[in-house]
Amino acid sequence: MVSAASNIDVSNESIIKMEGVDVVFGRNRVLRRIDLNLAQGETLAIIGESGCGKTVLLKTIIGLLHPTRGSVYFDGRDLGRMSEKELNGQRIRFGFLFQQAALFDSMTVAQNIGFSLRQHTNKRAEEIREIVSARVAEVGLPENVLGKKPAELSGGMRKRVGLARALALEPEIMLYDEPTTGLDPIMSDVINELIINTRRQHPVTSIVVTHDMRTARKVADRVIMLFPLSRLKSGEPQIIYDGPAERIDDAADSRVSQFIRGEARERLMEMRRINGR
Amino acid sequence: MRGGPVGAMVDWVADWISDFGAVLLDWTASLGSIAIFVMRTFRWLLGRLPKKETLTPNFYEIGVLSLPVVALTGTFIGMVLVVQSYVQFRNMNIEAKLGAVINMSLVRELGPVLAATMLAGRVGSAMAAELGTMRVTEQIDALITMGANPIHYLVVPRFLACLLLIPSLTIMADFMGVAGAFFYAVYLLDIDMYHYLENSRHFVGGFDLFVGLFKSLFFGAAIALIACYRGFNCEPGAEGVGKAATAAFVHSFVVILVLDLLLGIALDGIYYTIWPEAPKLL
Repeated sequence: MVSAASNIDVSNESIIKMEGVDVVFGRNRVLRRIDLNLAQGETLAIIGESGCGKTVLLKTIIGLLHPTRGSVYFDGRDLGRMSEKELNGQRIRFGFLFQQAALFDSMTVAQNIGFSLRQHTNKRAEEIREIVSARVAEVGLPENVLGKKPAELSGGMRKRVGLARALALEPEIMLYDEPTTGLDPIMSDVINELIINTRRQHPVTSIVVTHDMRTARKVADRVIMLFPLSRLKSGEPQIIYDGPAERIDDAADSRVSQFIRGEARERLMEMRRINGR
Repeated sequence: MRGGPVGAMVDWVADWISDFGAVLLDWTASLGSIAIFVMRTFRWLLGRLPKKETLTPNFYEIGVLSLPVVALTGTFIGMVLVVQSYVQFRNMNIEAKLGAVINMSLVRELGPVLAATMLAGRVGSAMAAELGTMRVTEQIDALITMGANPIHYLVVPRFLACLLLIPSLTIMADFMGVAGAFFYAVYLLDIDMYHYLENSRHFVGGFDLFVGLFKSLFFGAAIALIACYRGFNCEPGAEGVGKAATAAFVHSFVVILVLDLLLGIALDGIYYTIWPEAPKLL
């Protein structure tokens, strides 16, 4: 199978599998019976409106949140059955770009990017410096940012440093949480290009959580759309679209076309109906 | 909703029982959560020590940077004690005994409690705010995704720094308090130096110093655990961080005072078991 977004081979082997995953916080159910398969080398975009559970899904995949019911398998192994040590061992096979980059405030850019290398490898300081410089160049940042603290950087720069940090250990899976949120259109496109380049340079499987259709179309092979549980009828599946990125415009479900066209009128009417106005 | 005054009373009692039950459940859940947090900290502490580059900044921040403020407050507490006690002692013509009472109070009680209070105020609330901010801005999640355990990386170094350095801070508070009291009593109030020192030497022993230092270890551990727990369980937003910092100080201070009382009673018991002939205070 060849990826539509980047002409890269996608294996048919599943690397991440979710089976009947429910996530409940107190009385608030966020995810219901999620079944998902991700093939090795594939880039999946998860779209949906704010609050539908996209980030929760991403955090469940890496074991930051635990499913209330169901299982998440990574490479055929159930994350729920792993000890904390085993889970940490698996996590270093992932790279995670957080929505606000989540850089460590107390460290410089160089220390942030080199953090995993210092924690999990026996590389000498000189080797770590070289890798850090290479990663910074890869995300298109100048060398002089290395000594700066995250607070001194712009939003776009922070995202790129976050990406460089996530790539430091050459992960097998990259998880992007709203990579273009809060950025101007040009910087958003820079980040999209970086996601595509990352895939070209490293053989990674990626999941991109976004509500930016431009990003989803540009970087993903496949798109799934989540729908908020509060607006679903009982028994309706939460994933209302699962298919190739280039065919999302032809989706039969009107809720998908409403979302991708950014149509607010029907949503506003629904909100008014719910609020009794 | 029932009608009549009896019905209203029944409703009020039912509400009260329900609210009380909810508070009790919350407290039990919090206690369980704190216990798990403490156990995980000790498990990591006994399992693998953090790297030197993680420990050093915490030791510097918590120990070295706290020294000046502890020294300053210690000096003033010593002098204030002399000012407050002098008139009463002079009225009884026993002002030369002032050294014994003040130094005993400083070494056994005020030195460790003062050092711990300053640590809780200066370091505890800052730790809670820092970790709270890290929680809110997903930095703790980032640590986890990078395969680092946040308890091992963030809590254990702070716990070790508080535990191992609070005795030094207590010694500093003791020393500066004793020196401040001596200076005020001897040079400003003209109390006879020989008798002041002789009474101090006679009444204050090694066990008193040990009591103060031993208690301080518990205070340091409590401050670090409470502050880190509050930071880790911070509510979202700037308000959550502020609340975590305040709660860290208030809870630490209450726990310091409770521990002070309990340890004071226990250590007195040990003292009179070892030396049954020693004169009793009461």
